[in-house]
Amino acid sequence: MTATTLPEGNPELRALLRQVDKGRHRKDRVMKGLIYAAFVVAMLPLISVSWTVIVNGIERFNAYFLTHSMRGVFGGMDAGGIYHAIIGTLEITLAATLISVPIGLLTAIYLVEYGRGSLARAVTFFVDVMTGIPSIVAGLFAYALFAVLLGPGVRMGIVGAVALSVLMIPVVVRSCEEMLRLVPNELREAALALGVPRWLVVIKVVLRTSIAGIGTGITLAIARIIGETAPLLITVGVIDSINFNLFEGRMMTLPVYVYRQYSQGLVPCTPGDLACIPTINYDRAWAAALTLILIVMLLNLVGRLITRFFAPKNLG
Amino acid sequence: MAQRIDVKDLNIFYGDFRAVADVEMAVEPRSVTAFIGPSGCGKSTFLRTLNRMHEVIPGAHVQGSVAMDGVDLYGSDIDPVAVRRQVGMVFQRPNPFPTMSIAENVLAGIKLNNKRISKGDAQDVVEASLRGANLWNEVKDRLNRPGSGLSGGQQQRLCIARAIAVKPQVLLMDEPCSALDPISTLAIEDLIAELKSDYTIVIVTHNMQQAARVSDRTAFFNLAATGEPGRLVEIDDTATIFSSPRVQATEDYISGRFG
Ligand SMILES: Nc1ncnc2c1ncn2[C@@H]1O[C@H](COP(=O)(O)OP(=O)(O)O)[C@@H](O)[C@H]1O
Ligand SMILES: [Mg+2]
Repeated sequence: MTATTLPEGNPELRALLRQVDKGRHRKDRVMKGLIYAAFVVAMLPLISVSWTVIVNGIERFNAYFLTHSMRGVFGGMDAGGIYHAIIGTLEITLAATLISVPIGLLTAIYLVEYGRGSLARAVTFFVDVMTGIPSIVAGLFAYALFAVLLGPGVRMGIVGAVALSVLMIPVVVRSCEEMLRLVPNELREAALALGVPRWLVVIKVVLRTSIAGIGTGITLAIARIIGETAPLLITVGVIDSINFNLFEGRMMTLPVYVYRQYSQGLVPCTPGDLACIPTINYDRAWAAALTLILIVMLLNLVGRLITRFFAPKNLG
Repeated sequence: MAQRIDVKDLNIFYGDFRAVADVEMAVEPRSVTAFIGPSGCGKSTFLRTLNRMHEVIPGAHVQGSVAMDGVDLYGSDIDPVAVRRQVGMVFQRPNPFPTMSIAENVLAGIKLNNKRISKGDAQDVVEASLRGANLWNEVKDRLNRPGSGLSGGQQQRLCIARAIAVKPQVLLMDEPCSALDPISTLAIEDLIAELKSDYTIVIVTHNMQQAARVSDRTAFFNLAATGEPGRLVEIDDTATIFSSPRVQATEDYISGRFG
């Protein structure tokens, strides 16, 4: 094509098609600016937190730290790790997820596919109420529940998992509900018209269509509870050695570990004792915090991969 | 005023996939041009490039030029929003806005743009557009009822009224009758015949009789094989296409002897 200097064609029409109303252009630019500004403002704390945690935590963050517990570690010893806390966090979070996802997902299915009338309204109301429960109250509830069954002073992983479930269930219900409502009714009708019973329609069409969104919702719910501290402090307690058993004895968890190390503060070293590191507790707290952040990021990544794998593909 | 459209060397893509290749055609003003061809040959895709609706699909883009009265719609200084105000569109399935009444649906192009319009003017626009769409007599007593309460054919005419209420120069219709009964279809065909005195109309249809009845010129698109891009086989006066097409494939398709 040859570049023409004169604008060709009907000039009247050209003017009409170019008439970008000035206001729209200006608004577009202003809004763009605002959005970028908001983005930067939102990123600042995130970057600042990540930076602080990385800078402070990277020093202690190594294979030794990840594979050793705190058993027999005292004072300013250059030793100790978070293996027991990682085990605890992973097990308790997994247990909480196993409790919450079936309950939450089934509740969401009930609300979207079957729920009519006052029962559905009541369920919705109580889910909303549950969303507002302070996490310490959830911890007390779980403790009280197990104290009734097993006597006072009970501390074990499963109690913490129940406490976390109380926090997680409403989040799962809410996000799954939203995702199920996004499935167009035409798809349900199309399947029903093929003579498929309702429950199979729900499982094979509705859930299958919305599985990617549900996966994202569950990942977010896990990220929401994995950093909970207060309820675990009450229900699971603290311990320095490794405990794999959810159903017996105390366990350590990462957030509680961070809290505990931090609250122990500076070590009063005897002057001249070179093996004693005064800031060891703080260092361990930062490194554990870094680990927790990495675990959450890893979970998000896995969630994303799952989502991508299940997302409806453009077949052919 | 109705405008002519000249398409040159147009290639249309979805991401890397070239859906339509090398289209070259002229759409005459104040006439009806029909697009026919087997499913998947790119009629809808091509139609949507005429009002820059193609590019709203992520990854979709075009190469080549579409000139309206000499102005390239894909020129760098052209505002796609302004293009869509001049080139209206009616979709395959009637899609009145469910939250709006019949009158509000007709005024949607004005109201959704936050434009102010006096009550009197609004009434005039509603009446003129609904009359233009041959719907006025059927709905004049229930203008404030929801548009979704109408029959399919009425809804489609409501969508046409909505499209012409913003006074476009060109009207694109993508199989506007495929979801309608024969009586509604006739009503819409009559409407197209009336509208062509004011508008340039392009209509996609799978119905040969409809193409023969309503259009002045007919374009036949075809697909060599799946995965290949669709191409314009020929465009000519409708009478010529249906009596003595130049290309054998056109004759095969029209007479139903198609693979
Ligand atoms: N949104 C889309 N994304 C990717 N490919 C598409 C999309 N829409 C249509 N296509 C492809 O473009 C080609 C033409 O489709 P279409 O224009 O709908 O054909 P027609 O309207 O003639 O039946 C087909 O191969 C189709 O698979
Ligand atoms: Mg089509």
